[in-house]
Amino acid sequence: MDEGLKSELQKAGIFTTTLNDLYNWGRGNSLWPLQFGLACCAIEMIATSMSRYDLARFGAEVFRPSPRQADLMIVSGTVTKKMAPQVVRLFKQMPSPKYVIAMGACAISGGPFKQGYNVLKGIDRYIPVDVHLPGGPPRPEAVLQSLNYLQEKIRTQDIKSDPAFIEGRRQYPVPEFTGTDLEPPYNPDVWQPPANPNAPAEEEATA
Amino acid sequence: MSEAIPHDPVLQQFPEVEWEEEFGTLIVPTTKATEVAIWLRDDHAFRLDYCSNVTGIDYLNREFKEKVKNEEGKTETIIHKDPARMEVVYHLYSMEKRTGPLVMKQRTTREKPEAQSLTPVWRSCELQEREIYDLFGINFTGHPDQRRILMWDEFEGHPMRKDYVEPFDYEWEPTPHDEILEKHQKGKVIF
Repeated sequence: MDEGLKSELQKAGIFTTTLNDLYNWGRGNSLWPLQFGLACCAIEMIATSMSRYDLARFGAEVFRPSPRQADLMIVSGTVTKKMAPQVVRLFKQMPSPKYVIAMGACAISGGPFKQGYNVLKGIDRYIPVDVHLPGGPPRPEAVLQSLNYLQEKIRTQDIKSDPAFIEGRRQYPVPEFTGTDLEPPYNPDVWQPPANPNAPAEEEATA
Repeated sequence: MSEAIPHDPVLQQFPEVEWEEEFGTLIVPTTKATEVAIWLRDDHAFRLDYCSNVTGIDYLNREFKEKVKNEEGKTETIIHKDPARMEVVYHLYSMEKRTGPLVMKQRTTREKPEAQSLTPVWRSCELQEREIYDLFGINFTGHPDQRRILMWDEFEGHPMRKDYVEPFDYEWEPTPHDEILEKHQKGKVIF
C-alpha cells in the first residue's frame, strides 16, 4: 500500500494495515520464551524477567515450561556436550515459527571453555540462531536489546515466503554420543566451519 | 571445628593404618577401609558421622625437592621421586562433637585402581565417588550405583588423569594465541 495514501487516511481517522504487518506486530510483541537455563547467564535472564528490568514491557514475560507452548528459545549458558542433544530436542519440539537467542559467550562459541573436551563450541552448530548476544554473562539491558533486535527481525518477515514459516525445509538431527564427541559434530544445513584463508594447499585437500 | 582430632587412637586400634606427616592424613589400606570407617563413625571418642568431601588424586611422576647440607657445609637439593599412585581422600567431621576434619586416604595403584566404597558407611559419598570413578577411573567395590555422572556413558577415558590426552579438535581461528597457537602449529586443524 502506498505510504502517502496510508498517512493521508490516518489523518482522516482511518487506520490501514496489511495482514502481514498485523500478524507480525502481534506475534513480535508476545514472544513466549522457553523456561530453561544452563548456567550463570540464566541468572541474568531471570533478573531480566523480574520487576527491575521487567521483560513484560516487551511482551515476553510468559516463560513457558513446555516447548510446545514456546516460540523463543534463550540458550542461556554453557552448552556441554552432554546437554546438547537435549537442547536440540527441545528446539525440535517447539512449534514453528521459532526463534533462538544464543546468550553469552559460552552459548555462542564455547567461550572460555572452547578448547575443553566437554563443551560444545557454540549452539549454532545444531540449531539456527537468530540473535547472538555476547557477554559473560550479558547484562539484563543487553538481554532486552537482543529481544528488541529479534522483534525488529520478526517485523520484517514475510509470512508467505519466509523459511521460518515453512515446515520441513530443514532437518535438525539430534546428535548422538560417541567415545569422544558428538555425531554429527555439526549440522551442515545451519552451520559451516570457517574457512582458513592461510591454509596450505595440502591441508585444504584433507580438510 | 578448628581443633585437630588426635589420630593416635586410630593407629593403636588398627596397626595397618599409617599416619602421613606431610599432609596430616591417615593412610588406610584399601582392604581395611570399610572397617576403619565404621569404627571412626561409631567409636564414642570420634563419632565422625559426617563425610563432607571425597576427592581423588592422581600422582604421576610427582617430585619434591629437599635442601640438605652436605659434609662441606654447602646446601644441596635432593630431588625425591614419588612412586606413581592414586589416592581417594575423605574429609570427615563430627556433627555430634563439633570436631573435624580428620582426613583419611585410600591409596591404590595407577595400573589397577581399586578402592572400597564408603557409601554404605556415609551416604554422602555416593555421588562424589561416582564423580571420582568418572574422572579418575577408580573402581569402588561395594558402591550401590557406580556409573558415570558428569560425562556421558559412551565417553572413553578418564579426563582428570594426568596422562589423559584430550581429543584433537582444534579449529581454525583468526587470532590464535598462547596455548591455542602452539596447538595449531603442532598439528593439523580439523576444519
